[in-house]
Amino acid sequence: MDALIEPLQYGFMQRSLIIAILVGLICAIVGSYLIVQRLALLGDAISHSVLPGLAIAFLFGFNIFVGAFIAGVLSTVIIAWIRARSPIKEDAAMGIVFSAFFALGITLITVIQKDNKIDLNHFLFGNILGVTVSDVRDTAIIAAVILAIVFLFYKELLFYTFDSLGAQAAGLPTNLLNLGLMVLIALTIVASMKAVGVILVLSLLITPGATAYLLVKRLHHVMILGAAIGILSSISGMYLSYFYNLPSGAAIVMVASGLFFLAFLLSPRHGILTQPRSRTVPSLPLLREIRDLIPKNRQKG
Amino acid sequence: MQSASFFDNASPNPRFTVHTQAQQAASNLVVDNLSVKYRAIDALTDVSFSVKPGRLVGIFGPNGAGKSTLIKAMLGLIPTISGKVLYQGKPLVDQLDQVAYVPQRSQIDWSYPVTVWDVVMMGRTKKTGWFQRYSSISRRLATQALERVGMIEFRDRAISDLSGGQQQRVFLARALAQQAEVFCFDEPFVGIDQKTQAIMFDVFKELTRENKLILVVNHDLGESIAHFDDLILLNKSLVASGTRQQVLTQENLEQAYGGRVVFFSEAA
Repeated sequence: MDALIEPLQYGFMQRSLIIAILVGLICAIVGSYLIVQRLALLGDAISHSVLPGLAIAFLFGFNIFVGAFIAGVLSTVIIAWIRARSPIKEDAAMGIVFSAFFALGITLITVIQKDNKIDLNHFLFGNILGVTVSDVRDTAIIAAVILAIVFLFYKELLFYTFDSLGAQAAGLPTNLLNLGLMVLIALTIVASMKAVGVILVLSLLITPGATAYLLVKRLHHVMILGAAIGILSSISGMYLSYFYNLPSGAAIVMVASGLFFLAFLLSPRHGILTQPRSRTVPSLPLLREIRDLIPKNRQKG
Repeated sequence: MQSASFFDNASPNPRFTVHTQAQQAASNLVVDNLSVKYRAIDALTDVSFSVKPGRLVGIFGPNGAGKSTLIKAMLGLIPTISGKVLYQGKPLVDQLDQVAYVPQRSQIDWSYPVTVWDVVMMGRTKKTGWFQRYSSISRRLATQALERVGMIEFRDRAISDLSGGQQQRVFLARALAQQAEVFCFDEPFVGIDQKTQAIMFDVFKELTRENKLILVVNHDLGESIAHFDDLILLNKSLVASGTRQQVLTQENLEQAYGGRVVFFSEAA
């Protein structure tokens, strides 16, 4: 226990701990919406797209969080635009836009790097042990905004993400709700850049929520349990990073992924080992899985 | 109130009679020259009809006839290229708080982490308003709706754990909890059991007695067609609309279904 408390006498560890808690919390909550809407790829697209905005903001001396946020939202607008105005499907549009933004971002940061104290790797892979006081302040403000939005619009967002046509037919402003979700996702990614980096932030968005999804059956329970798993993952990852000198983002992601795999195997509702799908063939789980791939004509009445 | 309405009915003034007729016409749902295109394909062309409250109205037609498209276009869920949809003389899309819509089963993600209760309460979301919590009235309406469809004991179950018929009844309860005037059901009988179908027709009958306006998209020309009062027969454009007896002629059916229909005349 002392080993866990001892590092906290350092200011940078205290700051890292706060960031780890905030990022674990908001990523899991906002990521729950991505999971239930099958928009995991969109999270990936936005996270890669923030890079040029960040670089341009740095170049002109603006707040890099604001620049990154604008680029992230802009990328979703362009994706929607390509999809609406051409026969290109959404996934292809995402692939085109996020790789283009990402390439532009890498180019800009590499150019800026020559004259400035800025490290491309820290944005790509995160550097939770290097966060500053102003990083903590910005992240806390963003987290407060995100939590307030989710709390205030919870019932509308639940309806919209579950049944968008039904919500629209009931007279809810679904375009606005969709834009709100995009803003939430972009804000979350921007707030998480310093902790895990833009490449691995997808894991914190998706994995804790997906783990909780295997264990509970209501959206707000998925969010709360996912947040606990996300916070646990980021704190553990931070300590692993400190003690073993591992890259922080990667350490956080590995813990989160390990927890997901445990739930995947052991979930009382959906676990591979705890939910044998058939009693007639008590064989190895792997064999059961292979057998389940064979299509069946089972009709739900 | 009662004496006043008695007086109104007994009024010999002919102008008054005209007035009530106009009011009745205004309470109809009128679709006027509605056309929808999906990219270059005509999905619906110049569809016009009107339906009255208090009647169970079926929208029938073969696969790809544009039945679901019609409902979605009427509610403004997809863009139209021409046409008007008026309810009580005003555009229906401006009165969506009067509408309860149950989408096709295939448009719902049934593995979504929600309980039966959560789904029914969605019917109260719009009426509850922004930043408000659900009132005790809303909770009572949701409870009554779940009791009506025989699903109250399932209220805390995840919808993923229910059968297709049970899931459809939950959506019916959500529509009832909305306290709407206009009900639109898109293929509600697909993948459900006999018990659910019986409950649904019971509820539809009750709603017609309460003078609600009910549109049900259906493709099955089987016995259940006898439950409908009025029919709208569709195949990319309107084939016929009117009472069941008026619409179910061999000629109309051949025009809609292409002459391949064996029709059970006892249903008409």
